[in-house]
Parts: sequence; C-alpha cells; structure tokens
Amino acid sequence: MEQLKTIGRELAMGSQGGFGQSKEFLDLVKSIGESRSKAEEDRIVLNEIDTLKRRIAEPDIPKRKMKEYIIRLLYVEMLGHDASFGYIHAVKMTHDDSLVLKRTGYLAVTLFLNEDHDLIILIVNTIQKDLKSDNFLVVCTALNAVCKLINEETIPAVLPQIVDLLAHPKEAVRKKAVMALHRFYRKSPSSVSHLLSNFRKRLCDNDPGVMGATLCPLFDLVTTDVSSYKDLVISFVNILKQVAERRLPKAYDYHNMPAPFIQIKLLKILALLGNGDKQASEHMYTVVGDIFKKCDSASNIGNALLYECICCVSSIYPSPKLLEAAADVIARFLKSDNHNLKYMGIDALGRLISKPEIVEQHQLAVIDCLEDPDDTLKRKTFELLYKMTKSSNVEVIVDRMIDYMISINDSHYKTEIASRCVELAEQFAPSNQWFIQTMNKVFEHAGDLVNIKVAHNLMRLIAEGFGEDDESADSQLRSSAVESYLRIIGEPKLPSLFLQVVCWVLGEYGNADGKFSASYITGKLCDVAEAYSNDETVKAYAVTAIMKVYSFEIAAGRKLDILPECQSLIEELSTSHSTDLQQRAYELQALTELDGHPVECIMPLDASCEDIEVDRNLSFLDGYVKESLEKGAEPYIPENERSGIFDISNFRSQEQHEVSTHSLRFEAYELPKTSVPVGISPVPLTSSSELVPVPEPSYYREAQQMPSVSSSSDAGPSEIKLRLDGVQKKWGKPSYSSPATSTNSASQKPVNGVTQAEGMTTGNPRTREISYESNRTQVEISPEKQKLAASLFGGSSKTEKRASSSTGNKVAKASNLTTSKAAASAFTDTVVEKSHPVQPPPDLLDLGEPSVTGSTQAVDPFKQLEGLLDPSQGTSSGNAVGTSKAPDVISLYSDMYTTEQSGGLVQSPSSDGLDSKSTSASVNATLHSAQSNKGPNAKDSLEKDALVRLMGVTPSSPNPNLFKDLLG
Amino acid sequence: MIKAVMIINTQGKPRLAKFYDFLTVEKQRELIRSVYGVLCSRAESASNFIDADSIFGPDSRIAYKHYATLYFVFVFDSCENELAMLDLIQVFVETLDKCFTDVCELDIVFNYNKLHTILDEIIFGGQVLETNSAEVMKAIEEISKLEAASNSLTLKTVSGWRNR
Repeated sequence: MEQLKTIGRELAMGSQGGFGQSKEFLDLVKSIGESRSKAEEDRIVLNEIDTLKRRIAEPDIPKRKMKEYIIRLLYVEMLGHDASFGYIHAVKMTHDDSLVLKRTGYLAVTLFLNEDHDLIILIVNTIQKDLKSDNFLVVCTALNAVCKLINEETIPAVLPQIVDLLAHPKEAVRKKAVMALHRFYRKSPSSVSHLLSNFRKRLCDNDPGVMGATLCPLFDLVTTDVSSYKDLVISFVNILKQVAERRLPKAYDYHNMPAPFIQIKLLKILALLGNGDKQASEHMYTVVGDIFKKCDSASNIGNALLYECICCVSSIYPSPKLLEAAADVIARFLKSDNHNLKYMGIDALGRLISKPEIVEQHQLAVIDCLEDPDDTLKRKTFELLYKMTKSSNVEVIVDRMIDYMISINDSHYKTEIASRCVELAEQFAPSNQWFIQTMNKVFEHAGDLVNIKVAHNLMRLIAEGFGEDDESADSQLRSSAVESYLRIIGEPKLPSLFLQVVCWVLGEYGNADGKFSASYITGKLCDVAEAYSNDETVKAYAVTAIMKVYSFEIAAGRKLDILPECQSLIEELSTSHSTDLQQRAYELQALTELDGHPVECIMPLDASCEDIEVDRNLSFLDGYVKESLEKGAEPYIPENERSGIFDISNFRSQEQHEVSTHSLRFEAYELPKTSVPVGISPVPLTSSSELVPVPEPSYYREAQQMPSVSSSSDAGPSEIKLRLDGVQKKWGKPSYSSPATSTNSASQKPVNGVTQAEGMTTGNPRTREISYESNRTQVEISPEKQKLAASLFGGSSKTEKRASSSTGNKVAKASNLTTSKAAASAFTDTVVEKSHPVQPPPDLLDLGEPSVTGSTQAVDPFKQLEGLLDPSQGTSSGNAVGTSKAPDVISLYSDMYTTEQSGGLVQSPSSDGLDSKSTSASVNATLHSAQSNKGPNAKDSLEKDALVRLMGVTPSSPNPNLFKDLLG
Repeated sequence: MIKAVMIINTQGKPRLAKFYDFLTVEKQRELIRSVYGVLCSRAESASNFIDADSIFGPDSRIAYKHYATLYFVFVFDSCENELAMLDLIQVFVETLDKCFTDVCELDIVFNYNKLHTILDEIIFGGQVLETNSAEVMKAIEEISKLEAASNSLTLKTVSGWRNR
C-alpha cells in the first residue's frame, strides 16, 4: 500500500516536472530507486556520468542548467561514483555573482574537495573576497567553506578576515566566525595560538548564541590545559545559573527546557574544571543541585541534561548530597522501559563505580540489561562489568563474557572482549585450573584474534606456575594443562595460536609425569602436524615438541620407539620447501640417533625457565682476540666505520656508499678473497683478478664489508661464487654473496696478494683504534634500547636485572614475568616474518639476521664471528677439514632455542635489526660457553655455524658427521 | 564533535551523506554500507545508540532514528551527549518537516541542496550551531528569498535578518 502511494506520487510529480527539477533528473532518481540490483544501479549511474560529461563540456550552458548539472554530480558522487571531471565547474560556480549559484558552487566544492586538493588554490582567493562581502549571507557561505577547505598552509590567508568577523554586527556571522576559528584550532593549534584570548572575549558576547558557540572551543581548550582556565569557573557557574533560571530569551528554549545544549556544554566544562579540585567544585554544587531538581525527566532532552549532571557529579570533588541525587536519577534510568535510558543508566553507573553501594543497589537491573536482546545495551553492560571485576566475581563475569564472545561474529568486538577476558583472568584468576580452562576457551573461540603475547604468557605461566614455591602445585598445574590439551587437540579447526601453545606444552610436559606414554603424545603431535599441514608455524612447533619428547625419553634411558607416522612426518618435512621445517626435521632425525648424555645437554628437561646469562661484550673472547692481535691479526672494524676510513675525502664514493646501503648496487661484486685452510693448495691470485677488475680502493672496502661465510674452499674461486649466489638469494642480503675473509686471512696468508696486504697495513693503526671505540659505544647503546623496548612492551628494564643475576637461579617472579613478555614479543617479530607470504621463511639460523632494510650502523654478527673463525684454522690445522664439515649441533640448537623457548631464553626485546643481531650472536656464543665443558669450544662452533649456513640450504641427505664432535 | 550525518533509506540507498572530515568517495561508500548493515539488523525496540568503533575508528558512536522509509544517522565522538544527539536529529527532522510540509523521502531526494542548507544551519563544521527549528526556518526562508531576488537582480546589502 505504502509503495503504491509512493508510485502514485512519483507519477504525479513526473507529469508536472515537480520540485523545479528537470525531467531528466527526475527520471534518473526514479530509475535508481527502481533498480533491483547494485549492478543495475551502477549501470544507470555510469550512464548518467557519460551524459553529464558530454553536456557539461558544451559551450554556453545557461547558468540554471549548470546548477542542475552540479547537483546531479553531487548525487552521482553520493552514490559512490567518481565525478572529478566536474570539479572545476563547481569551482567556477563559486565565482558567480548570483547568490544561488555561489551557494551551489560552495556546497559542491565543500562536498567534492578535500583541503589538500589542487583546486583549492583557485578557491582561496574567492573565499577571501567573499569574507569581506557586505552581504552577510555571502560571508556565512564563505565561512562554511572555510571550515572544510582551508588547511594548515592556507589558514594565514584567511585568518585576518576571520578575526575581523568576530566583531561583525550580525550575531550569526560572529557565531560562525568563532566556530571557524575553533576549526582552525583543531586543525593546527599553533596557527591560532595567539588568538585564543578571543574565545574568552566572545564568552561575554551580548548574544547568547555566540556565547554558546564559544563553549565548544573552550571545552577543547580546557580539555588540553585545565589549570589555565580555573579562573573561569565562577563565570561558567554564573552563566549556567542564568541559563537554568530561564534568563535567556524564549527563542532559546527547546522542548520547554532553557537552552539545553548550552547547559550540557557548560556541565561538560565544569566536570573538567572541578575534577579533583575541591575549591572549584564547591562553587558548582548549588547550581548542579538546582538542575537536578528542575529537570523535566519526561522529555528526552531533560534526561540528556540529567545524565550530563551525573557525569559532572562523578567527575568533580564528591558531594554526598549530589551523589545521592545522581543515584536517584540512575535508578530512574535503569527502571525505565526505554532502552535509551537504560543505556544511559548503565553508562552512568560505570562512572560511579567507586561507590559500590550504589552499584549494588542495581544488581538486578544490570543483570536484566545483560540479558537484553539489544546488543548496544549488552555491550555497555559488559563494559560496566569489566570495570567492576574483582577476584570475588571474576569467574562469573569472565564466563559471561566468553559466552557472549562465542555468540557474536563482529571480529572487532570479539577481539576486544577476548583481550578483556584474558586481562581479567590474568589479574584475578582464583585458581590455576580455572585460569587454564578460561584461556583454553578464549583461544578455542577467538584464537586468531588474540595477541600472540597472550599465548606466550600462557606458556610462561604453565612453565613457571603461579609463583607459589610449591613444586607439586606447579606440576599439578602442568599435568592438568596437558590433560585438557590432549582432550581438546582432536577437535577440528583450532586456531593456529592455540595449537602452538598446545604443542609447546605437550612437548615440554607431555610425558613429564609419566601418565602418558611418549608414543601417545608424539602420535597426537603428528596428528596435529598432519591436520594443519598448511600452517608452517604449527608444524614447526609440533616437530620441536616431538623432538623434546624423544629427547626426554632418551635422557631417561628408555628405548626410543618412533612411530611410523612420525617417521613419515620427518621424511616429509626434510624435503619441505620451508628451510625452517627442514632444519627442524634434520635436527630431530639426528637427535634420535644419539644417546643419553649428549641429548641431555642439547635438550635439558624443563629448562624453559632457566636463565641464560648473556655476555654482550663477548668478554670471554678477550684473551683470544688479544692473542690474535699480537700475532698480527687485523682488528675488527664495525661496518659503519669502514667506508669512512678509506674514503673520507672522497665525496663520490661516500655517496656511493650511501646508495649501496639503501638500494640496489650497480657495481659488480668483488671476487671473494679465499681463505684457504692449510693443506689445501692456494688459489692462484691471477684468476681472481682476471675475473673482476675493479679499482683497488673500492675493492678493499667491499672486501671489508663482506663477512666470512665459507672457510672450506677447495674449489676454485669461480665455483665459490656460484655457490654463494645461491646463498645470497636465499637470505636476500647482498653481503652474503662474497665469502671474503677480510681481515685475518690477508695478513696470515700472503697468497692473497701483495697489493691487498699493503692496503691492510696502511689502514691498520687507525682502524684498530676505531674498532675499539665503536665497540664501546655499541655496548653503551644496547641497554638503552633494551629499556626502550622493554618499556614499549610493558616491562621496565628487567632484562638488565636478569642479565646481572647470577646463573641458573630463578629470578624474582615479577622480573621474570616482564622479561619473558618481552622475549615473547621479540618472538612475535620472527613469527610475523615467517608468516609473511612473499619473503622466504627465514631459516632458524637466521634469527639474528637483519631485515633487508638494515641500516649502515648495523653491525654484522658474522663480522664478529669472523675474527673467531680464521685463527682456528691457523692453529688447529690438522683437523681443519674435519671440523669444518661437522656442523655443531649445539650452536644450531642454540639458535633454534631462541626462537622456540620464549619462556626461558633472554632474547633482547629489541625492535630493530641492530640489537637483535648482536644479541643473537652473543646468545649463540654464550649459550655455547655455558655448555662448553662438554661441547667443543666457542670458536669452533661458530665457525661451523657459519658453515651450516651454507650447508643448511639444501641438504639432500642427513649428514653423517653431525654430532661427531659431541660423540668423539 | 559530530563526525558525519547520513540519511539512508530502508533499502540502503544513501539520501544524504555529509562527513565533517574529508574521506574519499570509496571510503564514504564503504562506511555508509557498513552503517546500513548494522542498522537493518537492529530490532525496533532496541536503543537508538550503537558503538561504532569498528566502523569509524576508536571513540565513535552512532545515534539514529528511523522515520518511515528513512534512517537518520549521526556519528559523533564522546564529546557529545547521546541523548542530546537524538534531540538534534529531532530538530533536523522537525525543520525538514516544516520546510517541506509533511516531508517524505522524495522531498529529500529532489531538494538535495536545500537539505544541505538546512543541515549547515544546524551543524557547522562538526559542532552544533542552532537547535531551534523555528530559528533555522527563519534563516532558510531568508536565504530562499534572497536567492530568488538575486536571480533577477544583482546582490544588494541585506539587513534585518533574525531579530530575537
């Protein structure tokens, strides 16, 4: 029926061309209204755009016609289509003398253009002229445009006129000028900072409307700086009093309320000014009390005012009488049938949360709102509950929240409520059991939406327990976690993050209490890896968990029983395109072939909470470095020092250097200087110089930047280059491409050429000094960065504490908490990197690898390792070949460990390449030194580590020499 | 501050869209669509407020009213009072009603620029300017009169507008 009526009306209008619009426009609107689908609508609109494009370009269009075209353009753009071809015509129309056309033009440009649009420059002049017009309607129109179109740069162009208009005889103009100035203040506070006193002045304007308009900017000003407006408290109170007492003209009444919008603004300002200020608040008590009494609670606007009063009362210094009045109003709101009032009541209740007796009165009403079908009301109620959670009511509230979370689809709100659940659970959990169950629920239903930190926190909590020193309680917690996870694990489609937690916990504690057999646990883990075969992170977690379970079995002296599905999983993963998974698979395979003692060293039982001391200075190497230097080795020069030394006077090459750090290099890479282990025939120099003829100085610089990657070079230089090309591609960093062992090799091996040795010796004394200096500065920087990172992630310099604490001891709970949080967040970075689809998944060994954007300042960890590498060849010439072929498993694992065990290892929580790089190097080294009584010494492992980087790329078969060291 | 004013009909077609901070056409379209998506799923008896954090970013709320075939939607931040915003919608609709006598959707469609003129008299640059529909009407009439006059004559100084 309704529709029929509309159609009838349309027909009637169509016949008379109604509303003064053309038939065409009418048809357009009608056809759009009747279109059945989006596609049809789009087709009609595109058609219209074509027509308009044609028509608008015609010469000598009558102005009236043009106006209609512009309106049609607006209509087209409102429907979401681009009408930019007509913008210029709208701009032209603003120049017109006729008020109608001018207004249409201004309307169009304010809707079409943004303040940074190119055409604005054509309008500014018109605006300036119109602001000076003696027709106040033109001025008003221009002021309207000013609000939308003037940006920070053009403010000065119109500011003088606007200030003049503040004294305009017309109150409508003054009002708009105040608001335009307010708009400028919002856009760029500094541009009008000298004019702020004008707002105070306008507060005393004769016209109440102008005064009311002034309250908007004053509210903003008071929000940013309360103290400098305290003097206005009395004035505001007086104004409010006068308004409330109906001293304003009748024209300002709205639904029988005296100027309610002005009252609301005033109450908002008073709430800010009286916050925590007893003296200021006392001035307000009377007037606010009066408003409470006078307000008509039957009308909507009356309730709006009452609500504002409650907000004010809750903000200012508390007055028992006013609080009582507020409580009465809240009760009335909550008892009302009107949902809007209930909503306001719940919101108001949230403001008076500090008065538990008021909140308790309304328990039932709150519960009602919680069960209301209205989503807005429900959410508001959850917000209230969130605010009033205590350890006594946490279980109920969180359960409710989770139920609600499960029921909704809006991922934005789901995320929010999930994080609130986690927060409350962490803060108020009454028991471990409950905590784990709650977290399981949250993860199960919103796992992909919660922050990864939450997962790491959960792992940490399970690993460390709740802080009681009771070991049995902790292990009870763990076994209950394990049990619950084994129950859940079979369910389909669990979120990735949750599975990571499950795998980790099962790996660490799955067979710790002997309740479940290793094969049962590993079977489950294999199922997970199989079921979620697209998720590499989960697979990686699963494989490592299997490795842990096996190693605990081996360490306990039990015979290993590898399930067939597990075996096939390993085989599958060892040919995976993900090097990370490959790496893990090979490690697992190698580990299963070992026996008790070494396994225990590699995978100590429940060691995720152990502290690992990180020696950032690598001081244990000092003696070694000194010895090498005495033997004539080149000192280490940090990368950022290098180019400057040799090209300090050469502007061009400095520029080149800059370019090289930021973008592609166009010069050819230098041929690697091969560091040939003793016993292998040296490569003739001629071949290398033949291949790449590059001027000597830059050659040297290049060589300095190249970290050593390879030490086994029994092949010719061209072959080496080939192999390393592959490496470069894989790691995506140019500096890997050349395996030149820069410093030491040169001085130790004259084979590499005389010219070069010369270059070295000249550079030597200077570089040595610099290298020491920069070493020191680097040490100074890193704690600072740590602090920054720690504070970013919610901790405060806890990492330092930890580093200084002596080995092995558990540090105080609090510090542990934050550290591992930080560690967890550092881990986030790696995971993010992994999940990035474009980048190749970084190899585990590459943890410390700088992102491609690595700055010039960054110090390559391998540069640091480099110093260690060579002398080992010099000294232990006999087994040079043997060791270099056997990559050290511990050093391998130490790297992986950092990525894996978020709970335990101190990983520098740094956000930039520099820090994480240097840490990973030092973590590498330190971890190793901690275990060095069993394994080989640090430099050997580092050397091998470097080799593994080469070999780990595409190993085709398990390396028989793996673990040779450990065993032998 | 008021962030946006929209009028959407019950089929989801925008009838008026005014954003007080610039947004691209695509973004506007997307916002209108998501607002409509929320609106049409709400029960008649539900409250007139919606948390719009997920649509308009943090600290944004929506107050809306449903008249016949149209939704009137105001988007604003925490500096505004929700109930007062409902009244502002009321003012807007009352003014439209006075202006077009028994306003209907078609009036709004065909008098696009007049609609904007009315809105500009009520909300100025995202702040509430006038809440008395009679006052707004006076201003509108004044403008129409002048516009009509300026069609035949050149602009002259005008005085005597709005005497309270």
